[in-house]
Amino acid sequence: MNLHIDWGVLLQESPTGDGPYWKLLLTGLKWTTATALSGWLLALVIGAVAGVIRTAPIRALALLADAYVEVFRNIPFLVQLFFWFFVLPEILPAGAGRWMKQDMPYPEFLTAAVGLGLFTGARVAEQVKSGILSLSRGQKNAGLALGLTLPQTYRHVLLPMAFRIVIPPLTSEFMNTFKNSAVALAIGLTELTFQMKQMVEYSSQVIVTIFAVTVLYMFMALLVNRLMAWIERRARVPGMIAGGGK
Amino acid sequence: MIEINKVSKWYGEFQVLTDCSTSVAKGEVVVVCGPSGSGKSTLIKCVNGLEPFQSGTISVEGTSVGDPKTNLPKLRARVGMVFQNFELFPHLSITENLCLAQEKVLGRNHDEAMEKGLKLLDRVGLKAHAGKFPGQLSGGQQQRVAIARALAMDPIAMLFDEPTSALDPEMVNEVLDVMVQLAKEGMTMMCVTHEMGFARKVANRVIFMDRGSIVEDAHKDEFFGQPRSERAQAFLSKILHH
Repeated sequence: MNLHIDWGVLLQESPTGDGPYWKLLLTGLKWTTATALSGWLLALVIGAVAGVIRTAPIRALALLADAYVEVFRNIPFLVQLFFWFFVLPEILPAGAGRWMKQDMPYPEFLTAAVGLGLFTGARVAEQVKSGILSLSRGQKNAGLALGLTLPQTYRHVLLPMAFRIVIPPLTSEFMNTFKNSAVALAIGLTELTFQMKQMVEYSSQVIVTIFAVTVLYMFMALLVNRLMAWIERRARVPGMIAGGGK
Repeated sequence: MIEINKVSKWYGEFQVLTDCSTSVAKGEVVVVCGPSGSGKSTLIKCVNGLEPFQSGTISVEGTSVGDPKTNLPKLRARVGMVFQNFELFPHLSITENLCLAQEKVLGRNHDEAMEKGLKLLDRVGLKAHAGKFPGQLSGGQQQRVAIARALAMDPIAMLFDEPTSALDPEMVNEVLDVMVQLAKEGMTMMCVTHEMGFARKVANRVIFMDRGSIVEDAHKDEFFGQPRSERAQAFLSKILHH
């Protein structure tokens, strides 16, 4: 291993045919961002729906949502990704399986994004549920007593407060989607950690490479953190101490 | 207007209401009192279907509350309810609290809802606070807003579930004043409360509950003068003696 530190390596041409090494990392950054953001959006939708259903009075559906959360929360994300990428196409009906293996566009990306969405969605569902349950029962009763239907009560009374309450844990979850997207290197997605491995192998500049990638990950985490802090400030309720001080 | 007939309710094995029967006529003010755990809050929540009950019937202006075919949201929109802990919606301003159900349930347009809301806010003496949020008001002010919010739906009757129990003593009267005013205007009211002064002043009848049963249901003079049951006598002597 070459411990000689050469920052200029970032400008050198990589043998992968992707241009200089900095471009290699940029491609990785692009896929990491795309995977994390689409996974997060999917997780928000799935998590909100599953979280609401788990607190709603339809027992069969609530059990189904509970089962989803337990399964996806308790299996390592890496194993889930392997399942979606290698197992699912084999157990699907022949036509669908063949489509997944041959014709599905961007197979690594789509699998990673959907897999990440399902994995993170289970965690978001847990938080949305706890947010709803943290509200007093009287809030629901007050909505219903005014003649709002149960869906209207969720929409206008319960969810706006529940989401405000869970902004801090959701911030961590959002940041986790960026970090967890690194797992997708195992199915061959050329995201940032995949590119890091490539660059280390070809350039032998371990320290420069890992330093550059670390800075990029920290930069993304900081952006997410600032964005969520801004949302939290915007959503703050006057006169209330919720989600961290007045 | 409100007919309660042999209503019983169980939480699992535990019976919280036993054969409760009473009625509230139009324009009548009925006060429900009794020791804590006697089922009075549960009974009043059965009236607008917030609590289900297993046997008996309740009807509000002829509509059966327990009937699964009844459109409960529609019925609830016509019966106002005020809660012990106010239950204003903290993320909405005072005017938004007043307008939400008017617009979403009654289909009033925003200007109409706003006008009605501000008129009622003025009536409870809080017009100056229209733009504030619930967390910026005192408990007494929040409860008055909650009353205005219920009145904005033009209810045919009002249910009060211990409206002053969560208030500091100095704020109790500002809320009771609004309730007395309402009673004098002829609003049909069913109030769970320990405020015997309020009961004396405006109630037509007083219902005394103990361990899930209606023990006494009498005209207020009769109730305060010579309660028939020993339990009501004991209760009254405890809460009136200091």
